[in-house]
Amino acid sequence: MAIFSIPSIRLTGMAASVPQPSEHNADYTWISKKEREYLIRNIGVETRHVAPKGVTTSDLCVVAAEKLLNELNWDRKEIELLIFVSQSRDYLVPTTACIVQDRLGLSHSCIAYDVGMGCSGYVYGLSMVASMMQSGVAKKALLMVGDISTLTTSYRDKSTYPLFGDAGTVTALEFNPGATPFAFNLQTDGSGYKAIMIKDGGARHKMTRQSFDMKKISKGIIRSRLNVELDGIEVFNFSLREVVPNIKSLLKYTEKSLDDIDFLVFHQANLLINNTLRKMLKLDPEKVPYSIREYGNTSGASVPLTMVSQLREQLTTGKVKLMLSAFGVGLSWGSVLLETDGIVCPEVIEFDK
Amino acid sequence: MNIDTFIKQIEDEFDDLKPGVLKPDSIFREVFEWNSINALILIAMVKTEYDVTISADDLIKSKTVNDIYSRVASRIEK
Repeated sequence: MAIFSIPSIRLTGMAASVPQPSEHNADYTWISKKEREYLIRNIGVETRHVAPKGVTTSDLCVVAAEKLLNELNWDRKEIELLIFVSQSRDYLVPTTACIVQDRLGLSHSCIAYDVGMGCSGYVYGLSMVASMMQSGVAKKALLMVGDISTLTTSYRDKSTYPLFGDAGTVTALEFNPGATPFAFNLQTDGSGYKAIMIKDGGARHKMTRQSFDMKKISKGIIRSRLNVELDGIEVFNFSLREVVPNIKSLLKYTEKSLDDIDFLVFHQANLLINNTLRKMLKLDPEKVPYSIREYGNTSGASVPLTMVSQLREQLTTGKVKLMLSAFGVGLSWGSVLLETDGIVCPEVIEFDK
Repeated sequence: MNIDTFIKQIEDEFDDLKPGVLKPDSIFREVFEWNSINALILIAMVKTEYDVTISADDLIKSKTVNDIYSRVASRIEK
């Protein structure tokens, strides 16, 4: 079982960058006014920050990293590890992290690679960075997590279009022997891989002319094989089945209870999922911050974006005990228990092209 | 668990549903405007109240409130 802890890693800073707020679900005329109101009330997304054409995840992450590195006052040559977690890489070939290494002016002795994960990406990314640092590879590292999910949604698909927003984040971590260990519980169930997927354009089904054909799937859902598709009920039931036991197992392993935690930050899947999970854990709303109203579901960026946008004051001023829990595409899910102590965290940056 | 409690719990979740309208033999897709969000609300209620999972297949195979109730009830007893 993938429950483990990693000592001596400190989360030193984080930053998030989003495009300008450009879409309001109240104006989403593909569905009726009544449906829009119902969607905003229950799914919880009011505004979405949609990247303009040509702006990539790495653009957002680089802006966030520039700001963070300046505020941290880190010597860029000391950064020896850069992991870029995204499902919207700049190119099919080469690796985005290599390009970012150069754009940020990091040293040639820096390890840089991409990891193709979505919703669960932040928790998985933290585990990868922490593990590599623990093995002595690097003293300072950057974790970039983000997605331009709006690239692949169909306007005429009410199950995806009004849900997703774009964001890029960066987290700075360093080796510190006095740091409280990170504790992880990571899980996978690939039998559910069809619940969230883009069928064509990869190696299994290469892009053809037919990939672009728009097909009616059901009422309010018209999309092509290059659009992301999401089986709402399947994802919903998966989340309600797996997330709470995952968190409880991690608490048991660490001999902690939810009372020991200041905040539980969920992946911002949708308001209904997150409220149900919160009720299942019997947690007060004050302990579970949301950013979905303002930003929508921002894929892997949603956990760090929620931290930066909702918990900045607490994170920058003192000790905070956090449980982060992320779940979705894969199916892949995981939680991490960690402690921060006065991190550097600039306000959410609005990307200006 | 009994069907009156079950109906009361559904009424509590759906603001537009006036108390007393929903009956055991009501065809739920006709009583309130059925959509995918309503399906999720119902699934969430059943999961939190009874720790039972309703699948898409359960919804497709159910016509009346009682049909859903029976599916939920049969899984609680197990």
